[in-house]
Parts: sequence; structure tokens; C-alpha cells
Amino acid sequence: MDSIHDMGGMHGMGPVVTEEGEPVFHADWEKRMFAINNAITAVGVRNLDESRHARERMDPAKYLSSSYYEIWLDGLIRILSEKGIISEEELSGAVAPRPVSAPRPAMKAEDVDALMDKGGHYKAEEGKAARFVIGDAVTARNIHPAGHTRLPRYARGHQGVIMEDYGLHVFPDANAHGKSDPQHLYSVRFASTELWGPEDGTEGDYIYVDLWDDYLEVPRNAD
Amino acid sequence: MAHDHKHGDPLPETVLRVKSLESLLIEKGLVEAAALDALVDRYESKVGPKNGAKVVARAWVDPEFRKRLFSDATSAVAEFGFSGAQGEELIALENTDQVHNVVVCTLCSCYPWPVLGLPPVWYKSAPYRARVVREPRKVLEEFGTTLPDDTEVRVWDSTAETRYLVVPTRPSGSESLDEEALADLVSRDSMIGTKMAESPVKS
Repeated sequence: MDSIHDMGGMHGMGPVVTEEGEPVFHADWEKRMFAINNAITAVGVRNLDESRHARERMDPAKYLSSSYYEIWLDGLIRILSEKGIISEEELSGAVAPRPVSAPRPAMKAEDVDALMDKGGHYKAEEGKAARFVIGDAVTARNIHPAGHTRLPRYARGHQGVIMEDYGLHVFPDANAHGKSDPQHLYSVRFASTELWGPEDGTEGDYIYVDLWDDYLEVPRNAD
Repeated sequence: MAHDHKHGDPLPETVLRVKSLESLLIEKGLVEAAALDALVDRYESKVGPKNGAKVVARAWVDPEFRKRLFSDATSAVAEFGFSGAQGEELIALENTDQVHNVVVCTLCSCYPWPVLGLPPVWYKSAPYRARVVREPRKVLEEFGTTLPDDTEVRVWDSTAETRYLVVPTRPSGSESLDEEALADLVSRDSMIGTKMAESPVKS
């Protein structure tokens, strides 16, 4: 979806503000929010792309004025509510918590390191055949799906070159909406001047974007 | 200003809402408080940019390891015991005198946790995400990094589950240092690509 999260190339955001000696967390609530968001992954009630899509649907004005863990809070409540796992009434204490069932048991303290060391799995054994090979010129499609996508606006309609084929991967646009549609994921190189034009781009600089097969097409000027 | 509350000074209802959410999920049996504590401890004190610094220092002194790192970073990094969440498919990017790499996630906050830990606030911020793909040289200058015009800049947008680790160039004057001392020169920002590795302090 074309919302505020897709901010590559935008103007007006100001300078990058860094913090000397920045702590990992700035407050206790950030620690808890980080941990809740990771721990609940273990029970298998929502996947990574559903999570991301939930965060993207935050009110755009609020998104811009929120810290990143506030965005996580909004997104987690949104997706768990949509899945019927929690409700605003339960959160506010207006009603008693209703029991829910989950595919897998809660993460135990003693399993944290093993589970986090293992991580997730996003590759697929089977899926659509690759339509492109390394070295191919490709154009990122001019699409504007209302659902989840990982094709940034700034790349759409622009021509690049396939630099790497990372193999079959779950397709986020499908995975956020209950399907999987595995397909090839490529590293696509775009010239800075192709994306930003000869005046605002820099000759000889490049932007590499990881793009799925469905995002790409043969350039119109190709044979 | 909207971002006045970005550094741990949230609206009071945010703090309350996180507490309510935690209590509710514990009551429903979906998370356990002790596991939350362990997750915080892991990323606050065990997994951070010191991991990545060890990897880079090894790549500076051990040509065989360097080869393994650039051919399969996930496996090479696992030799140190670093693996997992947000680093399932790691790729190492080699900085040279001719090429400078810098990493971003314009769509959210993707970052190679096993080697760098959790991202700093600026990495997740609108200014960095918006600007570094369009004007990387200007952004790097704000970090004190000025690149020669003939250096090729490569910006990597982490739009998939691939995660990128920049291997900075080894600073001159570091020839006599051992691996441990070299690791001290490798800052978090040099592995994101916004800075160079630090120069050794002359004694």
C-alpha cells in the first residue's frame, strides 16, 4: 500500500539526528514492547508480513510523530485484534480476558536463546519458475496494490539490472494476506540517475533493491 | 515538535497501553514474563555490534575467512555462534577504495540483529530512510564521512529477508594490531556504512 511508511526519496524530513552513546532501549516500556513483539511470534498467531502490513496501516500522521516502538505497539494491537486474539474491551479492562487457543505454546525463558538463534525461515522449496537471470535488464512494474507490498514507490517504473538470484522465497504480498506464492527473489541494481534523474541523481552511484519476480517485467524498449 | 517524545518520553497512555497489553497476553497464556525478561537481556547485553566487529576484524586478518564471509556470510558468521532472527540470510558487502556500501530499510527497520544487535533510533527514523537512497553522499557527510567523487556509492535497501553487513576497509596504521585490538576500531556505524572504521590512536 502507498502509505507513509514507504518514504524512500521523500523531501522535508530534516537532518539525520544521531545520539552519542545511545542505549539499546530508552525506557522500560520500549524493552517490554520489543520483547512482547518477539515472544508472541513463538505462538504462531501472525506472520512477519502480517505484522509489517499492520504497522503500515497506522494513521499516517501518527506514524510520522511516533517512535518506532510506538509503531510496533499500534501494529501489534491492530493485528491481534483483527485475528480475534485480543479486543479493546479486554485491554481497557471493561471485560474479563477471554481464553484463546494458539497453534504453539508460549516462549519459555530457557528457550529464548535457542529460538532467537534459529530465527525464521523465508525460503521455499517449490514455487514459480524464475523469469529472469543474472544480467537481465528489468523494469520494476508500475503497480499500486492496496495490500502489503515490498516494492518501494521510488523504484516503480524504473529500469535496473538483475545482479543476484537469491532463490525461491515466500512472497510478502501474498504472505500478508493468507497465501504464500513462493517465487524468486533478486537483487536488482538501479542507477542513481535512473531513479532520481540526471540532475538529482549521481552518475556512477547505485541503489540495490531486493525484488520478487512478480514485481518485475521485461523493459518495454527490449526486443 | 512531533519528535520531542522520541527518546523515551512517550505519552503516558503509551506506557499504560504496553502494560495492559503485556498483562492481557500473559493472562491469555501467549507470552510469559520471564521470557520477556530474557529477550530484553539477550539484546541489551549479549547481541550487539561487538559481534559484528569480531567478524570484521577476523576478515581483516584472515584471508580464508574473508573469502568464506563474502561467499556465504550466514555460515561464516555462524562460526562465531552468531545466527538467527533478522539475520537468517546474511550478505557481507565489501568496502574498498573504489566502492562504498551503505545499508538502509526504507520501508521499516530491517537490520542484521545477530551481528549488529538492535538498530539505533536514527536508522529507523524518517530522515535516514527518506534521504539515504536519494542523497547518500550528503547523508554520509552529516556523519563526517566524505567520499571522493570517483568512489562508487552503493545503497542497499533491505526490502526482503536478506540482511546486509558492511565490511569497512581496514584503516591505515593498524598493521601491528592484533584481532582483538582491530575489533575495537570497528564501530556500529562503519558496519551500516555511514562511517569508516576508526583510525588507531597513536601512542
